[in-house]
Amino acid sequence: MSLNLKSLRTRFALRFIRALKKIHHQEKSFNKRYYKVKVAADASMAAAVGPRRAWSRALLSRARLGWRCRAQSRRESVECWRRKRMHGHGHARAAEGQGQGQAQAQELRSLVPGGEAMDLQNLLDETAHYIKCLTTQVNVMRGIVNCCSTS
Amino acid sequence: MSSRRSRSRQPGSSRITDDQIQDLVSKLQQLLPELHNTRRPDKVSASRVLQETCNYIKTLHREVDDLSERLSQFLETTDSNQAALIRSLLTQ
Repeated sequence: MSLNLKSLRTRFALRFIRALKKIHHQEKSFNKRYYKVKVAADASMAAAVGPRRAWSRALLSRARLGWRCRAQSRRESVECWRRKRMHGHGHARAAEGQGQGQAQAQELRSLVPGGEAMDLQNLLDETAHYIKCLTTQVNVMRGIVNCCSTS
Repeated sequence: MSSRRSRSRQPGSSRITDDQIQDLVSKLQQLLPELHNTRRPDKVSASRVLQETCNYIKTLHREVDDLSERLSQFLETTDSNQAALIRSLLTQ
């Protein structure tokens, strides 16, 4: 058995499976279970990456606060965005060279955890890493689902 | 116009250059299945790359939702799928 503990994939899978076992023992209602599995997937990924990335830090602090605060944080992000707009295109300036694409960058900010506070350069860098991790997450989850449906 | 120019020449500010942005955008482009195999990768505009990135992230998010739903169903039906889970881990 040669498990590569260093690979992100394995670290995520181990955490996620541990979380699934816990959910399996604790949660009886389907809705709650679905919600908890979703949260566990994100939290396990963020924990596997650790605090070295802005997006994982954002997810970790969100998980620590509890996802009940989600609505509040969304309100905050809207607030933050509004403030930035009032302060005269703080980050839009960085995108000037690109000309267009500011609307897309704004959408990207809402999709990448913690993206609201990033400048364009950080946003692009973090997005690339986030996509790689999301793909890993999906692959591992798909592997578990496949295994469950064949056994 | 002039104010913009003076702002971009602030001394000592760590302003990012267009080249750096372009570099990051092309790195991003390589990760997108939609744009990965285009014939002329250099001809894709930055805003197109960003748009496709948004679409791709949304697709992945949807997939996570879908897989979470299926997993929570499995947690219900199987008495103890611990063995299956561990087996799946080892075959990753």
